[in-house]
Amino acid sequence: MTAAMLSPIVDTATDVVLSVRDLQVSARSEQGLVPLVEGLSFDLHRGETLAIAGESGSGKSITSLACMGLLPAPAVRVTGGSIRFGETELTSLPEKKMQEMRGARIAMIFQEPMTALNPVMSIGRQLVEAIRAHETLSVAQARARALEALKAVRLSQPEKRLEQYPHELSGGMRQRVMIAMAIALRPAVLIADEPTTALDVTVQREVLDLLRDLQRDLGTAVILITHDMGVVAEMADRVIVMRKGRMVEAAPTIDLFDAPREQYTRDLLAAVPRIGTGASRPDLAKREVLVRYEDVSVNFPIRQGLLGRVAARVHAVEHVSLDIFRGETLSLVGESGCGKSTMAKALVGLVPHTGRIEINGQALGDLDAKGRKAIRRDLQIVFQDPMAALDARMTVGELIREPLVIHGIGTPAEQKARVRELLERVELSPSVYNRYPHQFSGGQRQRICIARALALKPKLIICDESVAALDVSIQAKVLDLLRDLQKESGVTYLFISHDMAVVENISDRVAVMYLGQIVEMGTRAQLFENPQHPYTKRLLEAVPVPDPRRERQATARLSGDIPSPVCKVGEEPQRVELVDIGGGHLVGR
Amino acid sequence: MAAYIVRRLIQSALILLGVSFITFVLLYVLPADPVRQIAGRSATAATVESIRQQLGLDQPFLVQYGNYLLNLIQGDFGRSYLQKTEVAQLIVSRLPATLLLLVAAIACELLIGLPLGIVAALNRGKMIDNGLMLTSFLTVSAPQFVVALLLLFVFAVKLGWFPIGGYGTFAHIVLPAVTLGILGSGWYSRIMRSSMVDVLRADFIRTARAKGLGRSKVILGHALPNAILPIIAMIGIDIGLFMSGIVVVESVFGWPGIGQLAWQAIQRVDIPIIMGVTLVSACGIVLGNLIADLISPLIDPRIKLR
Repeated sequence: MTAAMLSPIVDTATDVVLSVRDLQVSARSEQGLVPLVEGLSFDLHRGETLAIAGESGSGKSITSLACMGLLPAPAVRVTGGSIRFGETELTSLPEKKMQEMRGARIAMIFQEPMTALNPVMSIGRQLVEAIRAHETLSVAQARARALEALKAVRLSQPEKRLEQYPHELSGGMRQRVMIAMAIALRPAVLIADEPTTALDVTVQREVLDLLRDLQRDLGTAVILITHDMGVVAEMADRVIVMRKGRMVEAAPTIDLFDAPREQYTRDLLAAVPRIGTGASRPDLAKREVLVRYEDVSVNFPIRQGLLGRVAARVHAVEHVSLDIFRGETLSLVGESGCGKSTMAKALVGLVPHTGRIEINGQALGDLDAKGRKAIRRDLQIVFQDPMAALDARMTVGELIREPLVIHGIGTPAEQKARVRELLERVELSPSVYNRYPHQFSGGQRQRICIARALALKPKLIICDESVAALDVSIQAKVLDLLRDLQKESGVTYLFISHDMAVVENISDRVAVMYLGQIVEMGTRAQLFENPQHPYTKRLLEAVPVPDPRRERQATARLSGDIPSPVCKVGEEPQRVELVDIGGGHLVGR
Repeated sequence: MAAYIVRRLIQSALILLGVSFITFVLLYVLPADPVRQIAGRSATAATVESIRQQLGLDQPFLVQYGNYLLNLIQGDFGRSYLQKTEVAQLIVSRLPATLLLLVAAIACELLIGLPLGIVAALNRGKMIDNGLMLTSFLTVSAPQFVVALLLLFVFAVKLGWFPIGGYGTFAHIVLPAVTLGILGSGWYSRIMRSSMVDVLRADFIRTARAKGLGRSKVILGHALPNAILPIIAMIGIDIGLFMSGIVVVESVFGWPGIGQLAWQAIQRVDIPIIMGVTLVSACGIVLGNLIADLISPLIDPRIKLR
């Protein structure tokens, strides 16, 4: 790599790489032009990280797409202002010239690593293609450069990765490939749009560390688009807070966190869930068991060969024993594939299990069809994506009423009255009865899902990542609602989440799952104040903390992935033995 | 892979067994009497009975079917009642013409259908898209004998560009292949359009653009290989549609393939030929699907044959 290639073409006098002035982006709609971004101005300096933070609909992603010239034309386009890259005005640049910019001078990485790579092209071909689009190199030379980039992003076995296809890599590895592709041509500006949002927290930690190291080595200016104030605190030199297409506040990161000037920024920061703010409730007086898992396992066979013999098994849940007490909130935490959702599915009978699951003292396996239907009244689920969980062709009222109809509770008039009552309870107006799900915002839709779960007055509600898809301010309100409902009705929550801060805020007890087994379990205080198992510690250390002054201890850089829960027939995963270290704090040995 | 093919071939044999049984039942319950066809209207009852005995048609249904299967396993499709020739021989002599037509028609479908689908997808919602989709609707709904006669009238009779019928030169194949292809091209353009529209929305297309690739590279290099997958599965299924189309088209154009053979046999209730052609067609459909399924993983590495 020559020195000339390392130094981006910039206005060296001011060190400004990218300059946005009074940017206006609008969408064409039936009501005419609707502004998506209005009057946005900022300068990006060489080597700095500028975070653009905001909730959904704030226009942060649209801004980044505008800089890339990738707005979904013709519906959305730049309607005013300027974006200058060095001496080049990008808003009026012809497409051919813009292509030369993209990838070479301004590169971008996206939120969803699972879908951002072409599934039918090998990693090597995709990298080589990106390099050869801008530099006249032979395939062999470009391949060498691709390999170098893969090594730079600390991907294990880089030679092998070149031959592999995206589906053979994990999410974290794919995001590394995306980063490799973006930095291969040493762009002056790297736009990272929610680069770690779809990743597990320990993987997020690795990717954030990687981005920081690369930026230091290459001197790239980074625009970091994120909704996560923890990520902002750790990564950014300066922050722009956006709301509804407008800049609310721009400040150096430390100043913004220390003394936010605008009310919106203050609200946003206040809504961010932080570890250490959860309060322990007085120990529940009578600890009555509502749900008991006894040596429960769930595995899925992998079939191969002429006769479809079972060659291996995915050990999704492995000999788990666990009690859920009436009226408490028990959280299951862990990373993707650890078996936390499978635990819930086994409980409601969506996947077959071995071992014994008791609800109210009745074992699921002993029940006939009628008994199972009756017991389902007591168990309800609130899912992660409320839009997907609500039938788009049913009205909100009918959606909430449906469980009452299925279980034949009350006359139609009584059912409708109950629906109105439930709507009020989740702080929606009863007048929305005849509206459809698409007419609501994400947070309101999740309230509808909660109202539906409440319809049957269940004893247990399973919240499977129920607040993960919501903006922080909305998330905080939904968590408050869940807490209030529990106080009123004494409902029990099985709360499944990957977000340690949310878990710390809502839980009474927490169980940490890893590869299908519980590795540590205890009260909220035991687990967060005195984590014992190395995996629990790693999870907690990985959480980005919304405090820019905090010095992060150097953690071991890991480039590997979580091992697979797949075992060949005959082999068994190693069992984790839980030992009580005092006060019911169980730790895996 | 080998295990997969073996399992699929076993499944295929079972499908063919099912097809043979159903066809045999249908021919058995048919009110038309093949013996009458052979003997002619003036034959006496005694002659008719002796022919019936000779052909084994006086036997109970299961015995007839069992005998047919036994012979079939040994590669014997039986003898044509009227042409007095081995059915296998008849089919073998006519199969090349049909296969040639099949390849030409599929090429025609793809060459017309795919580009139109891509153009429509790239111009979604515009006039050109609406126009193309309306056209595809017309081609899908037009009956084949009408298309055949129309093409014959215009290009053979009026313009004289192509021969009216027959077999032998490249010019002979154009009109039958286009007749068959037009119907399929409508289907393919519609499927290609919707597949392409979906793929163009995918995140990796945005990634490809973010790399700085030009429009043609994004469309041909990234979108097309992903969008083509449903088409491959469709070609396998399409052979079935094609087989029903050739009966009409081969007859109209005098194309000496198995479709024409089947048409003549149906008119004369020549059961061994009908059985033979049906089984060979079913065989083609089953193999076509198998081949399509074997090709898919070559394009999409995510597809694993198990």
